[in-house]
Amino acid sequence: MSVTVQSPAVQRPTASVPAVTVEHLSKVFVRYSLVRRRPLQTVHALHDVSFDVQRKEIFGILGVNGSGKSTLIRVLSTLLIPDAGTVRIFGLDLRADEAQIKRLINRVSVEASFFKKLSAMENLLYALRLYGRAGAGLRADIVEILERLGLDRSRVNQPLEQLSRGMQQKVAIARAFLTSPVLLLLDEPTTGLDPRSKRDVQEFILQLRNEHDATIILCTHDMAEAERLCDRIAVIDSGRLIAVDDADGLKRQATAIAGMPVDTLEEAFFHLTGRDLHEDEAPSGVD
Amino acid sequence: MAHSTQVRPFSRRRLRHEALASYAFVERNFFLVRRYWGWEIAFLIYNVTSSLSVMYIGKAQQMPGQDLILYLGIGTLVWSYLRSVFANISEMISWERWEGTIEYTMMAPVSRLTHMLGVSLFSVLYGIARTAVLLLTLAVFFDVSLANANLGGALVVILFGSLSFIGVGIMAAVLPLLFTERGEEMTFIISSVLLLVSGVYYPISVLPGWMQGLARVSPATYVLEGMRATVLDGRSTAELGQYLLPMGVIGLLTIPLGLAIFTAVERYAKRTGRLKRSG
Repeated sequence: MSVTVQSPAVQRPTASVPAVTVEHLSKVFVRYSLVRRRPLQTVHALHDVSFDVQRKEIFGILGVNGSGKSTLIRVLSTLLIPDAGTVRIFGLDLRADEAQIKRLINRVSVEASFFKKLSAMENLLYALRLYGRAGAGLRADIVEILERLGLDRSRVNQPLEQLSRGMQQKVAIARAFLTSPVLLLLDEPTTGLDPRSKRDVQEFILQLRNEHDATIILCTHDMAEAERLCDRIAVIDSGRLIAVDDADGLKRQATAIAGMPVDTLEEAFFHLTGRDLHEDEAPSGVD
Repeated sequence: MAHSTQVRPFSRRRLRHEALASYAFVERNFFLVRRYWGWEIAFLIYNVTSSLSVMYIGKAQQMPGQDLILYLGIGTLVWSYLRSVFANISEMISWERWEGTIEYTMMAPVSRLTHMLGVSLFSVLYGIARTAVLLLTLAVFFDVSLANANLGGALVVILFGSLSFIGVGIMAAVLPLLFTERGEEMTFIISSVLLLVSGVYYPISVLPGWMQGLARVSPATYVLEGMRATVLDGRSTAELGQYLLPMGVIGLLTIPLGLAIFTAVERYAKRTGRLKRSG
């Protein structure tokens, strides 16, 4: 599958800086009582998290629900301001250069997040105009990318609410792709998809990296997906980064902890965090 | 070394991008109106019937020498327009929260000024279109004379009134940003209070003293008084200073202030994790 899409008027990064540098990142959520403003609940969603992501890398983040994966993605998406630490995206500071960073990133979240009554075409036109895309070929580009993602041409003008979740997620992938992000943030993009849709989306992620120089951060709790797609994987638990390595490296680290051979990523995750990845939620309760 | 994506604030490319983004909000809202056409017709019928009801009250109470029907007609038409502008702007955040698109809109590379400009532009165009349909429908039922009216002056009043209501709408839009669940209810209350105190169907002189104080800070009061001065009394545009000045001042104060407050509250929402979908 090959896709050629006109890029918006944004210069792509050329310098040899890491795509993402996160240093000592912390985020705490406090819920206050309505009247006396006393803290009712304090949740350390991210605690002193540091890592680098290199250009063109697919960097996985593995963790149970509530481990802090989505909080991390929301910080990188400029939707959350961290309490401490620094984040640099292609050398730009997340706080000081927010407007510039917004031109470089896009995100696909676990919910497709569209105007449900609008069609894929209408939703994508809106999204793309926000990113400066215009011109006669825009509608054709939208149809082309949706068809390549497996969405039939006849569905393009139907309200999103009439499409299956898998189809909606493909439209979400198209929305991110058509803005030509150099950093793509994927927050469980294949959760809840049927096997074929999941495969299509995974293929597309690989294509994005291989053919379009995109750097990708992928949150998932699908071990097979992480192992298949990710160059390196960060294991996160209760807001703390436990380990960062490739899949084999994580298994070696787990083998050292367990004192016996660890052959699968699932076992490695269990030995590194003390949790089963299929647990419903970590104690922090924030994701 | 950081890479170069810096775009000069007033470069042609940047201005084109911001203009396109503004248009994105206008086009998106037009798409939404088209898709929710059933509700649009239902609300329009409600608007027409409630306006007719009010004007028939005027007809029943008609007194010689005072065009009560036209007085009430101006009230209902102007309020319909202002309410539409206010609602479209103040509900922009709650609408996106409900649809689940708020995070994508807020992380898009668009300045908040552009965002507000697009939403405001649509709200004015939409308000004018709705009010025109309402006016034409009312004209079928009532034979009112506009021979004495200064229609050019009325247009100036609506222009100034729109600016002042855009500012108030932006300030009200902060509430759904601050209060994820209750914000929309609060904006509804603000709009109800404006209806009560602004002299939509009666002169504000009949209100208790404390309500008259509220009326004097409501931009709707000046829009309504200005419209009645031009349409009922045929006052010339040069004589409209007492209405245009307060509306201009309110617009000049509330638009930049609203933007500044919105930006500050957006930062607060990003610190506290409130910038997310609900529903």
